[in-house]
Amino acid sequence: MIPRYQTILFVILLVASIIMGSVLWNLRERAHQRLLQGENSAPTQAPQVTQAERAILMVANDADNSMLERMLSLPLPQNPEARARAVLGKLLDFYAAPDATHPVPGGANAIAEVFLVPIAGAQGKALQDGPELAVVNLTGAFAAGHPSGLETETLTVLSICATLHANLPRVTEVRFLVDGQPRDTLAGHADLRRTYLATEAGPAEGAHQ
Amino acid sequence: MVVLDAAHGGSDDGARLSNGQQEKAQTLALSVRLRSLLAARGMAVVTTRESDIAVDADRRAEIANRANAQACLSLHASETGSGVHLFVSSLAPVQGARVLAWNTAQAAWVQRSLSLAGAMNSALGHAGVAVTVGRTALPAIDSMACPAVAVEVAPERASKAPGDGQGADGVDDPDYQARVAEALAAALVEWRQEAAGARHP
Repeated sequence: MIPRYQTILFVILLVASIIMGSVLWNLRERAHQRLLQGENSAPTQAPQVTQAERAILMVANDADNSMLERMLSLPLPQNPEARARAVLGKLLDFYAAPDATHPVPGGANAIAEVFLVPIAGAQGKALQDGPELAVVNLTGAFAAGHPSGLETETLTVLSICATLHANLPRVTEVRFLVDGQPRDTLAGHADLRRTYLATEAGPAEGAHQ
Repeated sequence: MVVLDAAHGGSDDGARLSNGQQEKAQTLALSVRLRSLLAARGMAVVTTRESDIAVDADRRAEIANRANAQACLSLHASETGSGVHLFVSSLAPVQGARVLAWNTAQAAWVQRSLSLAGAMNSALGHAGVAVTVGRTALPAIDSMACPAVAVEVAPERASKAPGDGQGADGVDDPDYQARVAEALAAALVEWRQEAAGARHP
């Protein structure tokens, strides 16, 4: 037999809980209404439509160890570093496609950043008009997933260098980082510690380690 | 004297081939086979490794440079592409260098390396093996002071993607391996005659 005072207490607590629940529900609804009223859904900035521009991709082919120039029309950002990243992202999207001539997983997300740095000591030109070093920061996932082999790694590195130079002629040298750190090789073969000459899509003689 | 450098080894497995083999085992097998063929033709051979041990790039170049070799081959295997890929250092050629920097010693030998790659291309083509020739940056051969070529053996099939059907024409196919090794040995014997009087760049 439940004592009478416990029954009364239970009923009081139950009623209090129901009242508190309804109060909270009302408060939540009011807050939601306030948010909706405060939100301005009218567009305040016109969308920017970037003109499509010509981009050149140097697409590698494993079958004959070659690179083929491929021209595309792409909307590209004006910022040179963002432009370099966009072009390389498109190149790596080609490599991630199922029918790629140089199959490499990863796609555009493989390029974490591209930094463009004026090359100090370049003769005869002001620093802002002179040649630039591109530092391509690849993601660790891309390097980890890259097929291992002399030919495939070399083609990836050289096609990145050649594509950068084709679209940003001031880029004459290219260095690579993986997750922001220097790394010995891409996937066990191609040397990532040296500076590559983008003009020749090959490493610089006497390249610094 | 020929230096055979079986790439990778120890904890460095190299590429994983589609038959489950590791590149380090495949390169060692090719090195052993090639050493036997060359020894049978009266050529002295130095190898950078005879077992599954780790050898770093500097040590490989040290062994090659001490051997004063007529030819140095860095042996690799891969699942991408097809046939045999021959690579010569992409360092710009330097003529008449008196002092060679360690990291770019190969620059003085690039022309001879290209000639060696040409001889190997010809021999492999004669054996019916598809060949591509290119330039690459590979620390081990960039420090070698000898005519040096990196040889990468890929499946004989015309493949488009790594892992495409591996069968009797894969990297581990005995007949294919034998043809590649025979062709490389023939090229090196021919090269010995040619290089006898031209040891220095």
